[in-house]
Amino acid sequence: MRLWLQSLTPRALFGLALVAVALLALPFVAAMGGQAWVRIANFAILYIFLALGLNIVVGFAGLLDLGYIAFYAVGAYLWALLASPHFGLHWPFWAILPLGAMVACCFGVILGAPTLKLRGDYLAIVTLGFGEIVRIFINNLNAPLNITNGPQGINLIDPVAIGEFKFSTTSTLFGITFTGPQKYYYLLVLLALAVIVINFRLQHSRIGRAWQAIREDEIAAKAVGINTRNIKLLAFAMGASFGGVAGGIFAAMQGFVSPESFSLIESVMILAMVVLGGMGHIPGVILGAVLLSVLPEALRYAVVPVQKMLFGEVLADPESLRMLVFGLALVLVMRFKPAGLLPSPERRRELAEKV
Amino acid sequence: MSELLLEADAVAKHFGGVKALRDVSLTIRRGEVYGLIGPNGAGKTTFFNCLTGLYVPDGGGFVFDGAPLKADAPHQAAERGIARTFQNIRLFGNMSALDNVMVGRHVRTRAGVFGAILRDRGTRAEEDAIRRRAEELLHYVGVADRAGDLAKNLSYGDQRRLEIARALATEPKLLCLDEPAAGMNGTETEALRVLIEGIRADGVTILLIEHDVKLVMGLCDRVAVLDYGALLIEDVPAVVQHDPRVIEAYIGVPA
Repeated sequence: MRLWLQSLTPRALFGLALVAVALLALPFVAAMGGQAWVRIANFAILYIFLALGLNIVVGFAGLLDLGYIAFYAVGAYLWALLASPHFGLHWPFWAILPLGAMVACCFGVILGAPTLKLRGDYLAIVTLGFGEIVRIFINNLNAPLNITNGPQGINLIDPVAIGEFKFSTTSTLFGITFTGPQKYYYLLVLLALAVIVINFRLQHSRIGRAWQAIREDEIAAKAVGINTRNIKLLAFAMGASFGGVAGGIFAAMQGFVSPESFSLIESVMILAMVVLGGMGHIPGVILGAVLLSVLPEALRYAVVPVQKMLFGEVLADPESLRMLVFGLALVLVMRFKPAGLLPSPERRRELAEKV
Repeated sequence: MSELLLEADAVAKHFGGVKALRDVSLTIRRGEVYGLIGPNGAGKTTFFNCLTGLYVPDGGGFVFDGAPLKADAPHQAAERGIARTFQNIRLFGNMSALDNVMVGRHVRTRAGVFGAILRDRGTRAEEDAIRRRAEELLHYVGVADRAGDLAKNLSYGDQRRLEIARALATEPKLLCLDEPAAGMNGTETEALRVLIEGIRADGVTILLIEHDVKLVMGLCDRVAVLDYGALLIEDVPAVVQHDPRVIEAYIGVPA
């Protein structure tokens, strides 16, 4: 770490310091617009988790997965069941989060194993089905034995807590008052940094190269001795475990989970973040996740005032207009930046040649 | 250690009604360059695919380096020491030339997910060794100056060489080259001949499919001829060259 810092130029070091200060100050700046904005920031980070997890499967290994939200659901429900009055269990977070990662990882292998020989469209359809199966199971597992409480969902879920220090309530530390969302924000930033480092290191490793090789040419990858079955399963498992951790935090942060949060559209959104940002390129994926999670919220606040300003009255339903603008933005980005907003240098060259 | 590196025993493969390989039996000795020739569609590449595990033979099998080869396990074939190149070059196009060769080291290295995430001393040392070896191999085949370029942007001849470097990175005992000189001009073919001689001198046994008769006759210690999936003859080049059956297979029967 120290060596790495020394290798930076003063300019890069300055930039890094600026980013660090911005990250630290963000929840207080956002709070000026209300705590809702801090929550939006938190969700943006949660989506960074998810998008980076999916990026392993889609971006690195080139396996199109449309059921990724299932792993998020698994992580969320695992937390909800082990830390809520539903079963009367109240496990600590340091036990649930690794367990969530592991259980989601197993689900990743369960999804991966039957789909090993599939690629492209076929794989997408099977994974889509898998995502729906998980959601429908959760929706219906309230009878004969009530495990998930069905469509009502699970309420009163424990927040993340270290001893008596709960992340859900307002508290004062070092003379500064932190609200619940603000505390979660710092926790999420720490976790996100870890996720980014892990992703980056995986990409530039023996395993990362094997994933890339499978994406480029599976037959050639086999011929140079890559056990494509295991390496693909590993991609599913790694991606899924990120989803599981994100799900756990989601459940704790919300205090409530229900099957509604894990619909197909969520999987599609996460995939859109990966593709729109720049498949396989970590900074691009982060940008995609932040934009696609913040933009719809920003539009929610902007649509009514803008209409009033332009027409003097609210003509279109804000909710549907918001999605219209959002969809249009996606189409425009894909039309003019097909490699994503921030593609990797290789991918940029690749598309530039094709045009 | 037996003198034989590979024994193919009555290998058969058919696609529907087409018999691509009819009980082909041949033996390759350690350290030789073994040529596999025959007219188009004779079954040479099918033989390669069976040997490297991409196809499962419908009959017969291989004994490699003293033990039977498992069918349908390409990565195990590579692990046992069989590396190959492809007739229609199959590089990892959007990876750099260096990365292509580094992927070739996969089967001889161990680092897993935890090594990758923690980047412990052992993993870093292994990664450095992979990189060093890959750079050496790029130098060895003569494309070191293109190390950072995407594989697909290399010239045709360089791509052929890069594919050989990637195959060599797996530390093969048997290197299978599928028409390495296809589409090369005289100078490039000559350079390839020198490269193959060098690889042989390093102790790697070579199985060569090739149409360039001059190259085959000049390089190979022994040559086998396939025609319609059947082995016609297996002998030294001088004998094969004058065998009437071979001439007939290539040119046809005099009217």
